[in-house]
Amino acid sequence: MKFENYMMLEFPSKSTNEGFARSAVACFAAQLDPTMEELGDIRTAVSEAVTNCIVHAYPDGLGVISLRCRILKDNVLDIVIKDRGVGIENLEQARKPMFTTGGAERSGMGFTIMESFMTSFQVTSKPGKGTTVHMRRKLQRRK
Amino acid sequence: MQLTSYLQDGMLTIVLTGEIDHHCAKHYIRTITAKIEAYTPQICILDFQEVTFMDSSGIAVVINALRNMAKIEGKLELAGLQPQPMKVFRASGVDKLITMKEEVK
Repeated sequence: MKFENYMMLEFPSKSTNEGFARSAVACFAAQLDPTMEELGDIRTAVSEAVTNCIVHAYPDGLGVISLRCRILKDNVLDIVIKDRGVGIENLEQARKPMFTTGGAERSGMGFTIMESFMTSFQVTSKPGKGTTVHMRRKLQRRK
Repeated sequence: MQLTSYLQDGMLTIVLTGEIDHHCAKHYIRTITAKIEAYTPQICILDFQEVTFMDSSGIAVVINALRNMAKIEGKLELAGLQPQPMKVFRASGVDKLITMKEEVK
């Protein structure tokens, strides 16, 4: 078995689920004994990815968001957040800091924060098919 | 979800609480805008002491407040930031645009 533990969730793209998703991942990650800072980084990155699905993937209604978390060897937390929404036409543009199509309520910093708070970050998207965010965070082993 | 605020000597302090994400950002933006428009303070302080979590939605809340204060030629300050919200502000560069104080007056 390549992973030590895993969990999967599926929920509708309601904004109330942003808090639920980041808390669920934080609870799962707790078994790795993360520091407060590591936990804060993970919660922030999950919140950004789920918010993107809610705001951008399903702009005209509710859709399904799936989340998978795995614990890999060497204290690595692996997170995949997936939607089957409208997808992103221009990924390069979407990843630029301050770029947003979400209006005044959005800052355009979501991808930048996910990238800087996680050890690795990857986003793939097909217009009309959906978007997948895959990120990993290596947690320090505490003595 | 209510925002407490107090005005003293042209200084408006608005107390934010709990977790700031996209779910509540619209409400925060509307309420802060209404308070700034109603009181037209010289200085507006957003008190973050009781904010336990913030994602990039919090940046939009602060940028909107900054724009509203600029319209009335006032100044915006943030106070009482805990490490997690502070890290989000630093990652976005907002800490270079706005005065951030550790303590709340």
